[in-house]
Amino acid sequence: MTLESIISVRNLHVSYRDRKVLKGINLDIYKNRITAIMGPSGCGKSTLLRCMNRMIDLSEGARVGGKVLYRGENIYSPKIDPAQIRFRIGMVFQKPNPFPKSIFENVAFGPRINGYKGDLSALVEQSLQRAGLWDEVKDRLHENAYMLSGGQQQRLCIARALALEPEVLLLDEPCSALDPISTMHVEELIRQLKERLTIVIVTHNIQQAARVADYTAFLLQGELVEFGETSRMFTVPKDKRTEDFITGRFG
Amino acid sequence: MVDSAGKGFRREKGVEILLALAASVSVLVTIGIVVSLFSETAGFFKEVSVKEFFTGTKWTPLFSPAHYGIAPLVAGTMLVTVIAMIVAAPLGLASAIYLSEYAPDGVRRLIKPVLEILAGIPTIVYGYFALTFVTPIIRAVFPQTNVFNALSAGIVMGIMLIPMISSLSEDAMTAVPNSLREAAYALGATKLEVSYKVVIPAAVSGIVASFILAFSRAIGETMIVTLAAGSTPKLTFNPLDSIQTMTAFIVQVMLGDAPFGSIEYKSVYAVASVLFVVTLSLNLIGTWIVRRYKEVY
Ligand SMILES: Nc1ncnc2c1ncn2[C@@H]1O[C@H](COP(=O)(O)OP(=O)(O)OP(=O)(O)O)[C@@H](O)[C@H]1O
Ligand SMILES: [Mg+2]
Repeated sequence: MTLESIISVRNLHVSYRDRKVLKGINLDIYKNRITAIMGPSGCGKSTLLRCMNRMIDLSEGARVGGKVLYRGENIYSPKIDPAQIRFRIGMVFQKPNPFPKSIFENVAFGPRINGYKGDLSALVEQSLQRAGLWDEVKDRLHENAYMLSGGQQQRLCIARALALEPEVLLLDEPCSALDPISTMHVEELIRQLKERLTIVIVTHNIQQAARVADYTAFLLQGELVEFGETSRMFTVPKDKRTEDFITGRFG
Repeated sequence: MVDSAGKGFRREKGVEILLALAASVSVLVTIGIVVSLFSETAGFFKEVSVKEFFTGTKWTPLFSPAHYGIAPLVAGTMLVTVIAMIVAAPLGLASAIYLSEYAPDGVRRLIKPVLEILAGIPTIVYGYFALTFVTPIIRAVFPQTNVFNALSAGIVMGIMLIPMISSLSEDAMTAVPNSLREAAYALGATKLEVSYKVVIPAAVSGIVASFILAFSRAIGETMIVTLAAGSTPKLTFNPLDSIQTMTAFIVQVMLGDAPFGSIEYKSVYAVASVLFVVTLSLNLIGTWIVRRYKEVY
């Protein structure tokens, strides 16, 4: 079984104005695997994730140095259109953020702006199916998305991202605003999605990383302390700080 | 103890009554205005038939034979208002989009006060500007243009309305949460798509409200039209013609020497009643549209 790296982070530095937040990160994201990025609050997890699809461009005052290679190409090279990168690399945020439109229009938004020519209804249905939401919403597709529960809204946001058939899905603490049952649903969903795409999930929940991730990266104060297979890292951590963090002896 | 508590209580009561009186002043005044408006209007309709007023096409109360068909005044008002909205709606909205979505902080800090100053200019200055600056330009382009014309007043009124539409619409757009913008960017949207497909639809009720308020304001605007649009009640849709608006007519009669209680005098109230009803219904239609748009989401 060979591992293909789809995103490679190389010597990545990020600072907000004069504050260094990421200090020389090197990391490979493997195709069709789930990679968790864990670490305490404020260590730079979201920043690292946002660098992978150039959402960092929208953060005021952020400066990026180093490279992020997507399929071997540096996404920070001047000839790259960030909108095209985000179209291939989807993102789901910490707080569910559906548009104030119908369920259908939420899922159709991405395909519409990217000029999708096929059968939109079929695509919407398929995306909702894959997000495990279809059965719950199939009779109310034209209701406002705000009528859904928080967990349903988050799965709708996942469906919305899936409608573009991205190769990579970046999830930034997708369960932190959800109750345990909804969290279980989303985690189950993430495991299923691994078949067709690559997933990077940010979490500060150690158990969640252990439950869903094939690989885990442990970030501390802007540095990558350890990266490896989750099962190995959680049984025999190489770094003392990793051990402290996963055994809860941290800070 | 008991005594001071009693005094405190009495003072509280007194303050409450004073505040209630203050609040009721505006309500009472409004009721008074409406009552006097409609009673004088009723007096007017004792002498002029409702049919003539609403279906007549001539308005010549100050000449004989006097005609009292309000259509020319309504047409004049609408002509100027529509021209003003054609100028103000796109420019106001574009400026709001620019300020809310595109402008760097420094530029926004520069432009916002300028817009506020624009909103604070007395309308007589706008009227003067229309007459002495805009009208000559229009006449240079279209020599057949009257010195007093609807176009000049309409354009300048539009300029006057831009800050109002811009600032109300911008408020509505800045109120759209950033998380929605991020959601759209993350789906590969460009800045333009984010503005047009996310921010404007989410802010549409505020934008519509700003248009309606501007429209209402334009209908009631007096100084610019009195100075620049003329005093010729004429049923026309030619923007280069001299016309008269409802408000300008009221000014004309009030400044003239129409004797109290005369029919000319009463005609002012009839026109004012129409103005009142039109503005009121506009606001009602406006709130209705806002509610409908909200339901679409
Ligand atoms: N737009 C910004 N401007 C300035 N500083 C920022 C900005 N975004 C994040 N930071 C700072 O950068 C550091 C890393 O932030 P980041 O959001 O990446 O952390 P995180 O690991 O995701 O934390 P959390 O678990 O709380 O979400 C924090 O100290 C944060 O205060
Ligand atoms: Mg974060």
